[in-house]
Parts: sequence; C-alpha cells; structure tokens
Amino acid sequence: MTEYLLILVSTVLVNNFVLVQFLGLCPFMGVSNKLETAMGMSMATTFVLTLASVVSYLVHEYLLVPLEVEFLRTISFILVIAVVVQFTEIVVRHTSPLLHRVLGIFLPLITTNCAVLGVALLNIQRQNSFIESILYGFGAAAGFSLVLILFSAMRERIAAADVPQPFQGAAIGMITAGLMSLAFMGFTGLVTL
Amino acid sequence: MLTTGRIMQWVIAATLPGLLALTLFFGWGNLINVVWCTLVAMGTEALILALRKRPVTFFLSDGSAALTGVLLGLALPPLLPWWISLIAAASAILLAKQLYGGLGSNLFNPAMVGYALVLISFPEAMTTNWAQPLALLDEAPGLLDTLAIIASLAEPATIDGITGATPLDVYKHEIGSRLASTVTADPIFGDGIARGWEWVNLAFLAGGLFLIRLKIITWHIPASFLGALTLMTLLFGYDPDQSVPVQMHLFAGATMLCAFFIATDPVSAATSNKGKLWYGAGIGILLYIIRAWGSYPDAVAFAVLLMNFAVPFIDYYTRPRTYGHRKPERGLPS
Repeated sequence: MTEYLLILVSTVLVNNFVLVQFLGLCPFMGVSNKLETAMGMSMATTFVLTLASVVSYLVHEYLLVPLEVEFLRTISFILVIAVVVQFTEIVVRHTSPLLHRVLGIFLPLITTNCAVLGVALLNIQRQNSFIESILYGFGAAAGFSLVLILFSAMRERIAAADVPQPFQGAAIGMITAGLMSLAFMGFTGLVTL
Repeated sequence: MLTTGRIMQWVIAATLPGLLALTLFFGWGNLINVVWCTLVAMGTEALILALRKRPVTFFLSDGSAALTGVLLGLALPPLLPWWISLIAAASAILLAKQLYGGLGSNLFNPAMVGYALVLISFPEAMTTNWAQPLALLDEAPGLLDTLAIIASLAEPATIDGITGATPLDVYKHEIGSRLASTVTADPIFGDGIARGWEWVNLAFLAGGLFLIRLKIITWHIPASFLGALTLMTLLFGYDPDQSVPVQMHLFAGATMLCAFFIATDPVSAATSNKGKLWYGAGIGILLYIIRAWGSYPDAVAFAVLLMNFAVPFIDYYTRPRTYGHRKPERGLPS
C-alpha cells in the first residue's frame, strides 16, 4: 500500500513529468493560455495517459513477450496511443461538443505528447506490475494536470502585466516554467524509488 | 498616509531587531550581507529601469528593491562569498521582478527566487557555510576579518570551527541513530532549542507583531502558516527521538522570518483573507514536508515559491462575494 502511495508522490511531485523530466512540454506551453482550456486538456490527457499505460502494458505482456518481438515495442506503443487518442476524441466529440471545439487541434496532438509514450516505455523499463503501471500513468497525468492548471492561471495574470517587449508571450512563459522547475527541485530526495 | 515607500520603510525597520540579534549572536556577516545585497538589488533595478527608459528615481524610491536586498541578506548564510550573494540579489531583481514588469506584477517572491537559485547552484556553500554562534568560538572574528572572509580574501577554514551546518540540519541527520538527549548535548543547541537562533526568531516575531499592530500585514498568513507547521509537526513528528521537535521547527530556522516578512509579501501572496489562510497553510504544510522528508534542511524558499504558483489559482476560487450578489448555489462563483 505504501509502495503505491510512494509511486503517486514520486510521479506527481518528485519526478514530475513536465518540470523535472521535461516531457510533454508542447501542450504545457501550447494549451496554457486559458484556465478553462487547460482544465479540459488536463482531463483529456489524464484519461488518455492512464488508458494508454494500461493498454500498452497488456500489449507488451500478452503480445510482444510471448511472440518474442519486444524490439517492436516503441512502434507498437505509438499505434496503441494513436488508437486510444482517436477513441477519446470520438467520446469527447459526442459527449461535449463545446470541449471538443475548445480543445480543437490539441486533442489529436496528445498522440505526439511525448509524456504518453514516455510513460508507456518507462513502465516497461522499470518493470512495473499491472497495478503499478496504472498508478504510474495516472500519477504522471495528475502531475501534468497540476502544473498545467497552475501554470495557466499564472499565464492569465502575466498577460495583464507590463512585461518588457522582447520577453512577451512564449519567452516569459518559458522563464516562468523554468522558475517553477526551480521550485520543484525542492522535492528532491523526498521519495527514492 | 501609507504610500508604498512608507510601507517598505516600516517593513525594513521591523527587520532591525532580527538583524540586531543575528549580529549579536553570529557576528558581522549578516549586516555586511544586508548592505551588499541591498546595493546589488538597487543597482540591478536602476540598470533595468534605465534600459527600459522608465523613471529611475521614482521607482527606486519606493524601496521595494531595497527590501528584497534586505530580506536576502537576512536569509543567506552570514559568511557566504560575495559573488554568490551578488548572483542571488541580481537574479532576484532581474528574473523574478523586472522581467515580469516590475513591482506589482511579479508572480514570485523575488528574494526567494534568488535564494532558491543559489541554493540549487551552490548547495555546499549554502548548507555547510553557516556561521557558528560567537559564544562557541575562542576568538570572535571582527568586522574586518568577516569582510575579508566574505570578500574571499581569507579562507573561513583557516579559522577553525567558524562555520558549520545549522542546528536544524545537524538534528535532522543525527536523530535517526542517536537519542534526542545526546544530540542536543552538542553546544550549538544551547538550552535545547538552538543557541542564538531562538533569540533571532523571537526578534523577528516581535518585529512581525509590530507590523500587524501597524496594520501593514494582516494576521491571516502568519497565523495559518505557523498553525499548519505546528499541526504537521504534532501529527507526524511528535517523538523527539525520531524527528525534529516542534519548538525547533518554530524557533531554530528561518520560520519567523518567513512567517512575517517573506510569506506576507503583498504582491506574490494571495489577495483575499480566505485566500491568505489557504496560502499560509499551504506554505506550512510544504515546509514541513520538505524539512522532514526531503533532502534540504530548511525549505522556506521552496515552500514559498511553490505556493506562489498556486496564488493565481487560489485567488480565482476565493474571490470575495461582492455586495448585493448572492453566493451561487452551484458551479463557479461568477
């Protein structure tokens, strides 16, 4: 039980995928201009990430290993992720057309979110069990959502600030992300897995 | 009338008891740091303002850059080499304040950005370089000796035992293997809390209460911060033979400086009273988490910065109800 809790703390805070491992930076910079979009994106990514880590674990364990074709795992995971994202898109389009319009291009972009592929591959590399894989994927997504939502609330405030002209827009966003990363280094050593 | 400049002057004045206590118990280091960091901070601010073609004297006279320098000088280890303080003070103003558009727009506490930056970049100088209490030294270094050490002309190591880790650090690392009574037998713990530090913290507490009395800061942040820190210690660290006891959490580190002078920075803290309570409590909880289970002995800078991120979010959800509007029954407050 403690072990599972430690996985969550580790993936959400200590080894945060965005701020410490620098994965998934494109949606982090791209969808963080408004709080509402960021929340929608967080939910979509959480859903996709958790589902993708489950499916890729199953594919690896029951397809690649018995057939002894583990070297195909990167390409097969990319396929799995693409399928999961398409599935999410269909679900979102039918359940919430508004969210679908707001997320627009970013939903298909989850396919190329390196955090999703990164989680799937790291699960295999760390030899996580089935439950651990789910928690690892969910924790990664929760950490991603946490910083994305906090970051978008901050960017709304920066948009109103008198930022020097050369630093406006993405530049000040990058600096802010860097300072967030600086503070997240305070969690170093909290959990060693 | 309370102008920005007047408020900053009062806050700087309220840090004086703490500075006095630091100087009495730990030597001239902090005083030199305060002067040096203030000069660097004001110089950087003037440079950027000139580059941006803004009125330099108008913005400098509000005293906010000076306050950033003073707080950094108080928080940094007393015998830190001059160039590390220079990096801390310059990046505090440049990165955390002027790039965001100056006073009022900065999302992060500038002094803590500078502190965290040098803490991560120079961990050894920032953790093992603390001046030991003067009472424990055979010969206290004078003003000129201290200046020479800070200017890196003299090695602090040549004067034996002048620097070391803080009591908080020592306790945290020794307590797993030894009993509390044997750990605190070390003279740096004085009568059981931490020699010198207890008076420094009391002095900052007095200065902070003075600021509350003047209504420059409100009680919300210090109260919820200290309350959350105490509660966390009583819940998880009640056994002094296993972890740092509550009186040491409150009086041995930078706790009081953080509670009244750093966390209460009006720009980077939450706005509404309810938001301030959440903000303070968050700092207290994060401070305990990092101190108790993380690898840094004191974590004021990280805890404050982490809650600074959450401030726009906290403000979004703790907007006070405007007069004439009822609380919405469900959904977001509009």
